[in-house]
Amino acid sequence: MKLEYDLVIIGGGPAGLAVALEARRNAVKDILLLERDKYLGGILPQCIHNGFGLQYFKEELTGPEYAERFIAKLNDKQIDVKTETMVIKITPDKRIIAINRDDGLLHIQAKTIVLAMGCRERTREAIAIPGNRPAGIFTAGTAQRYINIEGYIPGREVVILGSGDIGMIMARRMTLEGARVKAVLEIMPFSTGLIRNRVQCLDDFNIPLKFNHTITRIRGGKRVEGVTVAQVDNSLQVIPETKEEISCDTILLSVGLIPENELTGEAGIKLDPVTRGPIVNENRETEMEGIFACGNVLHVHDLADFVTEEGEIVGRAVGEYLKRNIRFRSRSIKIVPGDNIAYVVPQHIDFLVPGRKKIKIFMRVKKPAENDRIVFRDGKGKMLVSYKKAIVTPGEMVSVYLPEILLEDRLKNITVSTEEEAKE
Amino acid sequence: MKADVVIIGGGVIGASIARELSRYNLKIILIEKEDDVAMGTSKGNSGIIHAGYNADFRTLKGRLNIKSNPMFDKLCQDLKVRFKRIGSLVVGFSEEDLKKLRELKENGEKNGIKNLEIVRGPKLFELESNLNPQAKYALYAPSAGIISPYKFTIALADNAVINGVKVLLETEAKNIRIEGRKVCGVVTNRGLIKTRTIINAAGLHADEMAKAAGDSFKINPLKGEYQLFDKQWGNLVNHILFPIPTKLSKGILVAPTVHDNLLIGPNSYRVKEKDDPATTMAGIKEVYEGARKLIPHLPHQDLVTSFAGLRADVEGRDDFVIEASKKIKGFINVAGIESPGLSSAPAIAETVSDILKEVIKEISPQLELNYKDDFIETLSEQPRFTDYINKMEEWQEIVKKDANYGEIICRCEKVSKGEVLSAIYQPVPARSLDAIKRRTRAGMGRCQGGFCSPRVLKILSEELKISPLRITKKGKGSEILKTKTKDMIKETGVKFKDEVRV
Repeated sequence: MKLEYDLVIIGGGPAGLAVALEARRNAVKDILLLERDKYLGGILPQCIHNGFGLQYFKEELTGPEYAERFIAKLNDKQIDVKTETMVIKITPDKRIIAINRDDGLLHIQAKTIVLAMGCRERTREAIAIPGNRPAGIFTAGTAQRYINIEGYIPGREVVILGSGDIGMIMARRMTLEGARVKAVLEIMPFSTGLIRNRVQCLDDFNIPLKFNHTITRIRGGKRVEGVTVAQVDNSLQVIPETKEEISCDTILLSVGLIPENELTGEAGIKLDPVTRGPIVNENRETEMEGIFACGNVLHVHDLADFVTEEGEIVGRAVGEYLKRNIRFRSRSIKIVPGDNIAYVVPQHIDFLVPGRKKIKIFMRVKKPAENDRIVFRDGKGKMLVSYKKAIVTPGEMVSVYLPEILLEDRLKNITVSTEEEAKE
Repeated sequence: MKADVVIIGGGVIGASIARELSRYNLKIILIEKEDDVAMGTSKGNSGIIHAGYNADFRTLKGRLNIKSNPMFDKLCQDLKVRFKRIGSLVVGFSEEDLKKLRELKENGEKNGIKNLEIVRGPKLFELESNLNPQAKYALYAPSAGIISPYKFTIALADNAVINGVKVLLETEAKNIRIEGRKVCGVVTNRGLIKTRTIINAAGLHADEMAKAAGDSFKINPLKGEYQLFDKQWGNLVNHILFPIPTKLSKGILVAPTVHDNLLIGPNSYRVKEKDDPATTMAGIKEVYEGARKLIPHLPHQDLVTSFAGLRADVEGRDDFVIEASKKIKGFINVAGIESPGLSSAPAIAETVSDILKEVIKEISPQLELNYKDDFIETLSEQPRFTDYINKMEEWQEIVKKDANYGEIICRCEKVSKGEVLSAIYQPVPARSLDAIKRRTRAGMGRCQGGFCSPRVLKILSEELKISPLRITKKGKGSEILKTKTKDMIKETGVKFKDEVRV
């Protein structure tokens, strides 16, 4: 087989698919898409609920439908696809080692690489829930795979820890399958998922969502028999007198997603300690030239639609990179998270692009706030631009535009914060 | 069913004894109540092969540890088990600690360890650059090592099976049958096994077995909790680091594992339940704070797992119980094998073998005990992808012969389908997700099986030709799945409110 490519994309989920198609539209010739699962689409094929595509297609689709829109287009674009192929290693000189049943080990040389490996779920172990280690503890995504792909239900009486989107969606899914979801517990005083999921998946089914609550102990020898739950105080410490027992045979965890960057780290690409994804410029190029990243491997997105959008940014950037059609700014501008901002992507702005009017900046807040402004200030504290936001919450990614005209050569750092309306 | 010897318990002790006895022309059955070997204390411990300076040289603990330590190199080479002699440091912070280190050194030297050394000053930090800067002294024992205790146990059991031992899993000893003060059988949940000799290696439950044979000692479980950090932290320390030991335990250690993770723990406290290796919130904190006394900059995240194990502590006795019953002929107790039990296992097996020879001489003089000519000392190497990461061309050849080795099932630990299949068909076969995990490491990594468990479950179901609904995490009662989709709603018939928004 062919072992040299202009572009090799690692991961065939929404990010990788968007990169492949957009790169093709931008005249990138030899493209290889590597996917470790049997099918393309990443997590989408198991997301059989609707709510996809509202932003990108302006219509409501299910996960598999959303994925299919892209997969169908791949066939007539002459993009090489290898499924059931696991990438083992990437190197700074853009060599890729992958493995599958038919070819064995593959050594591929690429001119550009796009990291689109997505994320994994945080586990019970990662958050150290005490107790026994019986069967019946699943991350919400694994339970979703068992039900929607394998065709088996992993539990009858369920307690869900964490109000992440997959957890809430699985609360509804398991209820529809006849299981009893006894409670969704959230240690924070706010939901970490989308508001619409809370309404449609929990409220509509009378599933209680308990804020400031966590599991303090898992009981059961062979199979989960129950959990001890308790309220926590403002510093997230358990209040012992609030402990209560809930019997259940299953615990689902929806306690966060972690970008899957082991390959990235091993290649020596610098990661952002907060996003746990690579540090990138506005083209989503990592600090290793010609290696790009997008989608959940870069930072965890709320919607597949946003992932697609980011994939397209990278598809175009790869085209420009290969055409050597890039001009650097006299110096790079760092975007720095300020008050109540957990992280910002991109982390720096490197290029001069003729005709560009604005740059979209993505961020997550640390705490919910109402009627605040998202404010950009230069290194001296002078305000550059601000946007009013009626509500911001950690569960919903915030995106705002930074106008190109404000990006003067003198700028080294731009800080972005949320500020109370009254200050302005 | 009939056997010359029945071993009760498939922990590291039962498995060591089984392998040692399989050198002889004996019909041996090992019974284990769980669905795999190494399911009790043998999987929940530090995985340390101690140098042997801790226990008094007049005790079995002291003597057998010293005798065993040098045996591990060949044993692990034969059984293809990873063993690293990385050395240990007992760390002291004060003059008083130094006194204790000197006592340990003196005891170690009495035991016959030659290369013990008290290090101090810059040398200490050359050995361990991340050590608490307030540390002043350490007892350095180069002969201490690390091992995976469950892999070691599985390998011993596999080798025993190859040499004719029958391992019966999910087989629980319910009672001992005695006639005229002599052992004549073991009653199990699967029926009677006739035998004239029983070796009681039932771990935490050894006292209950002994009671059935009229011996009275009591085992009080001592719990120890651990935390295991991601591979990227394995190189935080180079040696096994201990604090100054107390009467009850060797203290909360910090050590790398043979799989490059970082291990901290254990704490030590009495519990009532023998089958409850639950971790606790207090324990998790205690272990973390304890380990920080040695290594102040422990990772804040990247915890892969927490777990606990129970030590089999014999009441009123600070030593192993390894002796033939004085009341019932043919019954041998191997009990109270707490630390340094793993370190002493090979010598314990030899000791038991000697006791058994005496017992057999007395009760079955017609049985002539001879070495078998065809004893196989070694296990063959099983290909593991991670061992070939720097010799990919060789792995390519393996994939060419069997494509299953080209399909990666576990992304975190990079385990191929071929390795999973080989675990299912090895002498002590893996029948559950956890058994596969212990043999292959699939599910042992940072995603804790989120990715691979549906895949491993499918492979198990296909290979064992049973429904996915019957695949378990760790034996009967721990089935992963409840029903097929659409079946549960037929049973429960849940009705929804009409006003559900779609």
